[in-house]
Order: sequence, then C-alpha cells, then structure tokens
Amino acid sequence: MIMTNVGSVPGKKIVEHFGIVQGSTVRAKHFGRDMMAGLKNLVGGELKGYTELLQESRQEAMDRMSEQARLMGANAVVNIRFATSSVAQGAAELFAYGTAVKVE
Amino acid sequence: MLEVIFGNLDLFLFLLLMAVGYSCGTIAEKRHYKSIIRREKELIKLMLVNAEGHFADGAVNNSFLVSGSMVVSNDYFKRLLAILRNFFGGRVKAYETLIDRARREAILRMKEEAKAKGAHMIVNLRLETSTIGRSANKKNSVGSIEALAYGTAVVMNRP
Repeated sequence: MIMTNVGSVPGKKIVEHFGIVQGSTVRAKHFGRDMMAGLKNLVGGELKGYTELLQESRQEAMDRMSEQARLMGANAVVNIRFATSSVAQGAAELFAYGTAVKVE
Repeated sequence: MLEVIFGNLDLFLFLLLMAVGYSCGTIAEKRHYKSIIRREKELIKLMLVNAEGHFADGAVNNSFLVSGSMVVSNDYFKRLLAILRNFFGGRVKAYETLIDRARREAILRMKEEAKAKGAHMIVNLRLETSTIGRSANKKNSVGSIEALAYGTAVVMNRP
C-alpha cells in the first residue's frame, strides 16, 4: 500500500478514485507509565512513554485505514491527514483519513 | 532549626520542587537545544518543503509517508512562571521554547526516518500540535504537548 500526503503519488498516475477511507484508535496508557509521566512533569523534558504510545496508536490507525482501502480494491492512499484529540483524561484519540485511489 | 523546617514542611517542599524543577529543566533544555542545532546542521542537505512538488515523468522512483513526533512537558518552575504570566499578560517565554523544541525535534525525527529509508527530499510537510495527558481537558492549564510532523518522502531516480 502506497501512502502519501500529497494529492497524488509522485511519478505515478491515478486511474481510479474510491473516496474517503479512515481509521482511528482511542488509547490510554497503563498506570505505571502514567505515574512516570507525572514525575516527569516535575523536571520537564520528553515523555518517552507518551511519544511511543502515540506513535504505536497512529500506526494502528493507519493500518486500519489501509485495510479499509485494500477492501475497496485500492493500492494507494493519498492526501493523508492526521488529527489528535483527547476524549477523556489520560486517553487520546488518534485519527487518520485519506483518499483511496488506484495508481499504475 | 528542625522545628522551623518541620513546622513549614509544605513551604520547604514547594521550594525544593521549584529548585529541582528549575535546575533539571534548564539543564535539559540547554542540552536539547545543543543536540537540535547539531542535528539540524547534519540534515540540512535533505530538502524539506511544505508545497506539493510537481515531478517530471520518470523522475521519481518511490514515495512514502514519513512522520516524527515528540511529547514534551514543562518543569515545575516554568509552569509557575507561566501562571504568573497569566496574571500580568505578555509573552510566555517558558512555553515558547517548549513548543519550539518539540516541533524542531519532531521535524528532525521525520528527517532521520526519511534519510534512513534513502529519500532525497520531503514534500508537503504538515505540522500539528495537540495537548494530551491528565490536564488536557482542564481549563487554563497546559499539561504535555505533542508536536507531530509528517510529509511525503520522495526517492528520485537520479540524485
């Protein structure tokens, strides 16, 4: 599955459009990581646990999106956009959407 | 002497937290900025634009999505400083550097991923920030901030 966030796949021609595909996950981290983040809040700096968590969940959202595109018969997703929102305390929603197309 | 300390334990704890936050936060920030500047110099050859590129036929070998992100949080001392600033108004410098650091680090991580995969340029860069963590939904408080950078890495046929 080819993924880009430009309107086309550079160097390839789009032959068919399938419309919007999307994928999302809502994730919370486990208690230990949350505690560590609380401690880190004191001294500042990167919260590695959160960074990893968000990356994993974003990957999962992308996987779901590409699965949906595959079922439609597409071989590429173009114009991908990401959005993040916090739905509850300590939980975040990662959302990815794009246009499923067929390229050659 | 001990009686004074134990009598005002909460005050001393507060001062201790401030001192720890200030020293650790300042050292970490300086070190981070040093590493950012060094890596930015290393990666300056990798072209990065936020426009959609137009490529001639047969010029592009491969293209794929790359992304980088960083979650960062402020220290205790700077958070207090920001609260004070809220009172008087004006530039909140403590948070300016925080978001700047997170964004530049996210861009660097994206570039590193692209370089590892052999890309020659990145087009259509998009930047996004969001607040996450415990205090994300509370009013008037910034907990931790996530900066995300993503774009399309392009591998050319001839470099």
